Amino acid sequence: MTDLLTIQGLTKAYPGVVANDDVSFAIAPGEIHALLGENGAGKSTLVKMIYGLVKPDAGAMHLHGQPFTPPEPRAARAAGVAMVFQHFSLFEALSVAENVGLGMESPPPMNQLSREIREVSHAYGLPLDPRRLVGDLSAGERQRVEIVRCLLQDPKLLIMDEPTSVLTPQEVEILFATLNKLKSEGTSILYISHKLEEIRALCDGATILRRGKVVGSCDPRQQSAAELAELMVGEALHVPDRAASEPGEVVLQVAGLTSEHVSTFGTRLQNVGFEVHAGEVLGIGGVAGNGQDELLSALSGETRGARETVRLRGDPVGHLGPNARRDRGMLSAPEERLGHAAAPDMSLTENGVLSGWQREKLTSGGFVRWGAARAFAEKIIEGFDVRTPGTHVAARALSGGNLQKFVIGREILQRPDVLVVNQPTWGVDAAAAAAIRQALLDLAAQGAAVIVISQDLDELMEVSDRFAALNAGHLSAPRPARGLTIEQIGLMLGGAHDMDVAHTEDAEQIKDMYQNPKSGEPRP
Amino acid sequence: MDLSSINWILLLASLMVAATPILLAGVGELVTERAGVLNLGVEGMMITGAICGFAIGVETNSAILGFVAAALAGAALSMLFGLLTQYLLSNQVATGLALTLFGLGLSALIGQGYIGIKGLEVAKIHIPLLSDIPVLGPILFRHDAMVYVSIFIVAGVWATLRYTRAGLILRAVGENHDAAHALGYKVVRIRLMAIAFGGACAGLGGAYLSLVRVPQWTEGMTAGAGWIALALVVFASWKPWRILIGAYLFGGLTVLQLNLQAAGMKVPVEYLAMSPYLVTILVLVIMSSGRGRAHLNAPAELGRSFHASS
Repeated sequence: MTDLLTIQGLTKAYPGVVANDDVSFAIAPGEIHALLGENGAGKSTLVKMIYGLVKPDAGAMHLHGQPFTPPEPRAARAAGVAMVFQHFSLFEALSVAENVGLGMESPPPMNQLSREIREVSHAYGLPLDPRRLVGDLSAGERQRVEIVRCLLQDPKLLIMDEPTSVLTPQEVEILFATLNKLKSEGTSILYISHKLEEIRALCDGATILRRGKVVGSCDPRQQSAAELAELMVGEALHVPDRAASEPGEVVLQVAGLTSEHVSTFGTRLQNVGFEVHAGEVLGIGGVAGNGQDELLSALSGETRGARETVRLRGDPVGHLGPNARRDRGMLSAPEERLGHAAAPDMSLTENGVLSGWQREKLTSGGFVRWGAARAFAEKIIEGFDVRTPGTHVAARALSGGNLQKFVIGREILQRPDVLVVNQPTWGVDAAAAAAIRQALLDLAAQGAAVIVISQDLDELMEVSDRFAALNAGHLSAPRPARGLTIEQIGLMLGGAHDMDVAHTEDAEQIKDMYQNPKSGEPRP
Repeated sequence: MDLSSINWILLLASLMVAATPILLAGVGELVTERAGVLNLGVEGMMITGAICGFAIGVETNSAILGFVAAALAGAALSMLFGLLTQYLLSNQVATGLALTLFGLGLSALIGQGYIGIKGLEVAKIHIPLLSDIPVLGPILFRHDAMVYVSIFIVAGVWATLRYTRAGLILRAVGENHDAAHALGYKVVRIRLMAIAFGGACAGLGGAYLSLVRVPQWTEGMTAGAGWIALALVVFASWKPWRILIGAYLFGGLTVLQLNLQAAGMKVPVEYLAMSPYLVTILVLVIMSSGRGRAHLNAPAELGRSFHASS
């Protein structure tokens, strides 16, 4: 059987970095092919070239044996290549139908399009209401919009860039069922991920990229996750270890936390309550947009509430702002590195001062003590292996992983009693992520109470003593993390939000109807 | 003060005429902003349109050619803004302000030979039957063609934004330019077209002042109409028909102010001159109270530069 897509010697260089260096592989019809690699390994650049968003410097692509050089996404779509983006290419203020229409070459009139969306989305077990605004949808539902947009174009090759990073385990299962169904119908899928277990469960073949180069290809079903990880990272991964410790006294009590004002597409916290003990890590899981940002903001003091909602060692602090809370030992590191945790255009020294001036005594009489501030920044850089030329460098210039190490290190070095972090390893490569998790565990071992809010369940299982799930602003009761199964966690996360897998017969019929438009009118 | 001395039918009739310049400029700016571009140079494009329209109109003795020239001049000036903001990625607010100042200076330069020259006489349309209806006839159906053209443009913009694919793409670009780019739409090109449309409409609005409403050329004759048009877009929360309502409301205030003065009312005119802005601020506060941006309907990428870094 001839391959659907072959790629030979594809190279793309940006100033200062070679994103793809002589990459070659092939995808057979009906194959689910994994593209595996760390952040920055060049996966995204590669698929952008296949989708016509980026032009390769050298190399050739063949689709169905014909040379394939899409000058723009339109041409790629016309050739049967569809793509589901990692960061959704959706428009929040537009409806589902309008969003789907924007991704199609010549969409039918809105009424007909809405009907098709409803039918195709049900046929593939991804029900959607075409009239709803995308801004009101959950992350899983948004992804369905992207997938349905692709399916309506009857693709030969479907590219999926990190599709599961925002889904609950149940939603992942539904997605896999859909993908397997597509595969059985002969659609090839290029599946990009760094989650090894998923790739082993789903894919027929895998190409592994490291620093822009193909370092191996294998049948992921024959390899263990550890072997794949080693190929991907290039070295054996250090798994954070932890000393078993008895939880100490209650440091932080949260009770009846309900948000009063939220931004337009935000989520209102509903009577959230929990306790954290000294020396303990509380993991809070949940799919993005279920109240994580609001919870962090309520704990950091950016959103103030009633006095009694947050108590630190028994003292009410719910009404205090961030500086007062920092002064009392309650620190936080928000999710957004650039613009929330750090000021992008200010130097590392200045960013250190912004957060640490009280506890590290970096000011005196209203003046900044620059010497002490530089020493503090240097201590962070040294202590947390931040790779940067010096403390004068702007925060923006650091890579995501390095800046994240700086941000977390900045808080940890201020010796917090309570540290709240949101998505501590989002978009961070595996080695840096392991270092950050280890630092959080060490902090807890020294007697601090640590709250880790994350969407990465593997991460939470690795670091948490207790686990709680945030779903639509409600926080479940924390349960001991050890011994929790993925299914239990999935149910805590609210399961698959009103998702169902439709009957296969219906699916066949409707699929048939749209795949053979030439055979006349749809059957009644 | 003698209110009975005001002829209310005449007042309402002149309302549509007074509103037309800001209606044209406003609807053009609305299209620009829906594409995600904030062009604060409306005043500059209007006054450039006013002098170019007046000059060409007087030289050729044709109001139609005057309006065409005004639209071209407005569009040309807006392309300067487009070049600076879309290709050279300059700050849109600063560039827009500079465009206003530049337009004021440029128009004064071009207009030196035209001061005190008598303008054209633009014929009023007389529609049989409709124009003869008592009361409604003079108010609605005895104006020049541009009044109706402006309403037609509003209707066209509304229908385009709402029902056509081009309108959908325009809104998408204003909503999320990165996503639009990822789907393969030419963000910069679409924005340039929206900017040019906004410039052309502003030019028409300016020419309406110098060719119909006044009709002669004086330096700085737009006197802040461009800023009212900008306020109007926000007042209308980026919806075309509300621009029409807002323009007639603001136009009505202007006319009322003149009539009250004539009637000898002892209210400083400055209060009425301020009122469009106060009303806009009030509308903004009411609309944004507690519900946020989506209900305000503001384009999400308004004023943000796009650079295709892929």
